[in-house]
Amino acid sequence: MSKPKIIDKIATVIIYAMAGFIVLILAGLLFYILGQGLQYVNWHFLTSRAESFSAGGGIGIQLFNSIFLLVLSMIISIPIATGTAIYLSEYSSNGRVANFIRTAIEILSSLPSIVVGLFGFLIFVINFDIGFSILSGALTLTVFNLPLLIRSIEDSLNSISSSQREAGLALGLSKFETVTHVIIPEALPAIITGLILSAGRVFGEAAALIYTAGQSAPPVDFTNFNPMSITSPLNLMRPAETLAVHIWKVNSEGLIPDVVAVSAGASAVLILAVLIFNLLARFIGNRIYSKMTGDK
Amino acid sequence: MTKKAALSASDVHLFYGQKEALKGITLDCYENEITALIGPSGCGKSTFLRTLNRMNDLIPGVTITGNVKVNEQNIYAPNTDTVELRKKVGMVFQQPNPFPFSIYENVVFGLRLAGIKDRAVLDQAVEKSLKAAAVWDDVKDKLNESALALSGGQQQRVCIARVLAVKPDIILMDEPTSALDPVSSAKIENMMMELKQDYTIVTVTHNMQQASRISDRTAFFLNGELIEVDKTKNIFLDPKNQQTEDYISGKFG
Repeated sequence: MSKPKIIDKIATVIIYAMAGFIVLILAGLLFYILGQGLQYVNWHFLTSRAESFSAGGGIGIQLFNSIFLLVLSMIISIPIATGTAIYLSEYSSNGRVANFIRTAIEILSSLPSIVVGLFGFLIFVINFDIGFSILSGALTLTVFNLPLLIRSIEDSLNSISSSQREAGLALGLSKFETVTHVIIPEALPAIITGLILSAGRVFGEAAALIYTAGQSAPPVDFTNFNPMSITSPLNLMRPAETLAVHIWKVNSEGLIPDVVAVSAGASAVLILAVLIFNLLARFIGNRIYSKMTGDK
Repeated sequence: MTKKAALSASDVHLFYGQKEALKGITLDCYENEITALIGPSGCGKSTFLRTLNRMNDLIPGVTITGNVKVNEQNIYAPNTDTVELRKKVGMVFQQPNPFPFSIYENVVFGLRLAGIKDRAVLDQAVEKSLKAAAVWDDVKDKLNESALALSGGQQQRVCIARVLAVKPDIILMDEPTSALDPVSSAKIENMMMELKQDYTIVTVTHNMQQASRISDRTAFFLNGELIEVDKTKNIFLDPKNQQTEDYISGKFG
């Protein structure tokens, strides 16, 4: 065998080995966490309140808090990220302003989440005097999430061929119409995939929330829909420990006797949720694309 | 000369930054005729075509002087609405670029955005445009399927139907058949001959047989200059300019 052929063979083996190694780690992690945790997950665990000192507590409020916080931070960040991404991809002519924004986004995305959390603590909790609350947490998560969201939407928009823009403009569409009726619909499957993946990241985030959404989950009354009431689940100003923060909390300073069970169960739920987000991302993205393009 | 100029460019200069890509082009394109722009690669024929619906405005660093009149209106006047202009002056590109929607949605795209919702009007426009673009028989049974599933030649004709649906006066074609096989090209050529009854067509082509087959007038471009323009027959049989003759006879290009 000639030398290039031998090198090619060796490289192929190494590349396959590396990919296999990664898959192995991921699968191992997944099976370990699910195997340890799923046995504790039942309806009672998912819906009941956490206990402070005695065994048998659940994660009901934390689970709700995680979802509520996620929805809220997405509501804040999607419009901002979409607007910025459209500016960067369609309107800026790659001048100084755009480069400045891109650099800012890159720096922001490389900040450790605990730093973003402390920033949120100083600005939202202390300075704006919002206190440990869902709102502080959602705003902080927005700061944490925006850079990656902008990046992923911008990439989705950039992946649309420029001939599509020309086609739109040449048909007598304004620039804005071309963006909203041609580019965004075409990029939608990719945009939605990006959104859902970032939702998974936000859902599992703990460090940014410890000092912003707080580490306590006061009891809420799920029949109370008055958002001004402190016991209403919809209240934005109540402290709201999330699932990820709860896992960290019970492990570092939990006084309950069933720490292992609660944290294993909560971790399994968290991983399952993220897994569902990912599968959903693919499914919805594909569905929308085939629906839009009309092939069935 | 009884024909009326639908489109009339005078002394058009175009600069990419410092580089002068069009060096004072003066050219009239007459109503219900096909004007072919020929010349070697980089001669400025496509660039000139794109000045006629102001598509060059989209490229950063381009400056254009001179004026282009469409229906007696200078389209480079400061108060020109380019969106309106491009509805009057449609464009077909080298690569078929249908939107990844259904065939039907592609054709009615411009009409929908103009606010037309009446299903009967849209249906009629789809049939009429697709028939005019000579692709109706190919696609009439699959209007709701993706335009991307069609062959290149069919896609190009759907793109032409999409332009026809917004009822332009002038259609610009930038090498519309260069990405297609000979059979598809022939169909598009025949269709262009039909279309010129109702439209004014300006087409860029690399293919000199094509220019001689379909065009009424031919303009020869070289290095950003318009060397010669005349009736197609005269250009091909009796060119006045030596450079034109050299290009036509294949001495360079």
